[in-house]
Amino acid sequence: MSAPTYDLGRLHGGLRLESHKRESTARPIVEVPVPRQLILPIQQHAGAPAQPVVDVGDPVLRGQVIAEPDGEMGAPVHASSSGTVAAIRPWPVARRHGEEAPCIVIDCDGRDQALPAMPAADYRSMPAADLLLRILDGGIVGLGGAVFPTAQKLMQARTAKVECLLLNGAECEPYISCDDVLMRERAPAVVSGAQILMQALQIESCCIVVESDKPAALRRLADELARADDERLTLKQVPTIYPSGGEDQLVQLVTDREVPSGGLPIDVGCVVQNVGTAAAVHDWISQGEPLISRVTTVTGDGVASPQNVRARLGTPVADLVKVAGGYRGSPRYLVMGGPMTGKSVTTDRVPLVKASNCILVLAEVPPTGPELPCIRCGDCAAVCPVQLLPQQIYRHACADDEHALRDFGLIDCIECGCCDLVCPSHIRLTAEFRKAKWRMRELADEKARAERARQRFEARNVRLERERQARDAELARQKESAKAAGPEAIAAILERKRRARKDDPS
Amino acid sequence: MKFERRAAPFIAPRGDVGNIMLQVLAALVPAAVAHVWFFGPGLIFNLLVAGIFAVVGEAGMMWARGRRPEIALRDYSALVTAVLLAFALPSLTPWWVTATGALFAVVVAKHLYGGLGFNIFNPAMVGYVVVLVAFPKELNLWVAPRMGDLDYQHLSILQTLTFTLTGNLPETLAFDAVSRATPLDMMKTGLNNMATAIEIRAHPLMGDFGGRGWEWIGNFVALGGFWLMLRKIVQWHIPAGVGIGLLVPATLMYLLDPGANPSPAFHLFAGATILCAFFIATDPVSAATSPRGRFIYGLGIGFLVYAIRTWGSYADGVAFAVLIMNMAVPAIDYVTRPRIVGHAGRRASHG
Repeated sequence: MSAPTYDLGRLHGGLRLESHKRESTARPIVEVPVPRQLILPIQQHAGAPAQPVVDVGDPVLRGQVIAEPDGEMGAPVHASSSGTVAAIRPWPVARRHGEEAPCIVIDCDGRDQALPAMPAADYRSMPAADLLLRILDGGIVGLGGAVFPTAQKLMQARTAKVECLLLNGAECEPYISCDDVLMRERAPAVVSGAQILMQALQIESCCIVVESDKPAALRRLADELARADDERLTLKQVPTIYPSGGEDQLVQLVTDREVPSGGLPIDVGCVVQNVGTAAAVHDWISQGEPLISRVTTVTGDGVASPQNVRARLGTPVADLVKVAGGYRGSPRYLVMGGPMTGKSVTTDRVPLVKASNCILVLAEVPPTGPELPCIRCGDCAAVCPVQLLPQQIYRHACADDEHALRDFGLIDCIECGCCDLVCPSHIRLTAEFRKAKWRMRELADEKARAERARQRFEARNVRLERERQARDAELARQKESAKAAGPEAIAAILERKRRARKDDPS
Repeated sequence: MKFERRAAPFIAPRGDVGNIMLQVLAALVPAAVAHVWFFGPGLIFNLLVAGIFAVVGEAGMMWARGRRPEIALRDYSALVTAVLLAFALPSLTPWWVTATGALFAVVVAKHLYGGLGFNIFNPAMVGYVVVLVAFPKELNLWVAPRMGDLDYQHLSILQTLTFTLTGNLPETLAFDAVSRATPLDMMKTGLNNMATAIEIRAHPLMGDFGGRGWEWIGNFVALGGFWLMLRKIVQWHIPAGVGIGLLVPATLMYLLDPGANPSPAFHLFAGATILCAFFIATDPVSAATSPRGRFIYGLGIGFLVYAIRTWGSYADGVAFAVLIMNMAVPAIDYVTRPRIVGHAGRRASHG
């Protein structure tokens, strides 16, 4: 591979980790058969959950929309195979807070009947706005794990007038290799997806970025780019260092521009899409197949033969593990995602979702003695890719000092987990930071609620004051009219009042 | 299948505190051997006494604070404190002096401030300063290096042990016969008596750079220090800071008036300079925490060592310099926070 390692903007810190990718890249991608039952969460994207548009008992076909996005941010959910809607109910899923989420359960009929295919249109002749709407209909979200709805991201990018599309094939987290094998086996789809995305964005530059530890993928892509002969496309290699594949980190590596705190890559003229997302865009726009399946890595020392598989969304994880040879022994942890940022789940009934780039089964995580106090060695600061001082943030998190946490940049923490790995005191820093962020968000919500209550209270005071003034004015008016009516009328009013008071002793 | 819950990351951390402390201890072995070679077995007894009392103090305080003592003992930090204290003390030190220092270091400077990670001051240096102030006479018994040509009465192992336990020399020996001024002491008294630095350096106790014996121990300490740097346990910021902070003023003054000022090489090799640069000032708990902050912290210590040696009334100033800079740490940490990526301001230099 002749592409030079692209190292324009250097990343602060980061870690070279044992990659553990070889275990799962030895064999080609295997198709997982359609299961008897599919479980499709109505939220598989950033934003509000989609709203189901089918009822229990409805027949559905493969590719049929079963939940529509609600609000500005979201993506539709499609049925991944044909069958009948059996239930719409909570089901165990991988999420950070809580165990279950509402899912549409489909009993498959085994025929895997598809909707009549949409007439394929040549995207080159489509106006960009139509292309964007079309992408929205495909249910496509970022497949790198963050599941940001792709259409919305592209719209933001167009509004911000970005110059460059970066296709993220870095895949820096250990064990995960689904993008690697996808680039090897489906390089044409990735390249075609990149061209469609450029058309949708109306830009003339796209850079595919791959970490240097994927020579086979780099070679395949280089061949494919030579075949495509499209001077808008370039291929770049970045050093193998975790977390180079983080969106902001990738932008920094390739463009030497820092994404501003609280901002997005579009603020520095870039938009980043995962290579898997590009292939999904190709499948939808050129082949008419919405996002109903994905490639995922089933790996770890808890599975018999680690393997990349392509499975329908909604397939229970247990079925995926079966394809990878089943469990080895009785593993202790099941992780959705990679070993640095994944979420552990307690059951393998959880379904494969758009975010699932890896199913990691671990026999054991080596026990780490008791957590010792921080000795301020600073190793965490040395590896932090955003140049935070985790040791100081940890101290302030323990003290729950919200002001200091803001000051020391807790919100800028990307939760990559590097600090945990180098901490000689074995402090679970990232978990602490996640909790602290959560507390801060709750505090902000509480403040917002208090502010709303205050506004309501003040509005009420204003209203009461207005009503009192109105009453006073009315009384004054009555007095004036009584005065005008003469003394007999006043005596009659007073008599009436006296009688009313006698009737009502209070 | 049922699985357990756990927060990411799912990869075990790489190092641990106990392992780091053990490597620090290992790095001091060559220097300890050299010390015994040149100054007799006194250091061994100092190490034993300091070690025993530091460990007992640590265990006792953990117990008193309602925690499991073995957690603290397994990190070996009390032993590192004890070893640094033992290196700071003269090789002839009565046990109660060493014990006072060790207990004060661990009980007061460390545990009364909250234990490992919470002590503001370097425990070993607190212990040393306490005994320096409380037992000035006992801290004066520095012996001469064992060099063939030096007219000097050596103590046997048994005599050294007896002195450690009782504070008495054999009846036939007077204190004057065994003790010698340290090179730094000699320099200070000599300069005060209007001798020139060059005249003082001509004394048989003085070596090529510092004092005889001392400079060799310095070499071995530096060897251990570089090994720790190779192992990435010590970063360059503090040792370089101490070196520059001390050598820049020393060189300037030496160039201005070589008669009244010892050479920078003397400052480097005499006293505890090298031990301070690699082992004392680098205690992470009481040092500044950002790389830039650590360099500034080291600079401060180096300069204060020079200032105390030159203008103060103590011959060496390492302990005071470290404690004073410990006080400055919160301020240093506050002003040297690195710029967070994505925030406006100076771009990082990736140092």
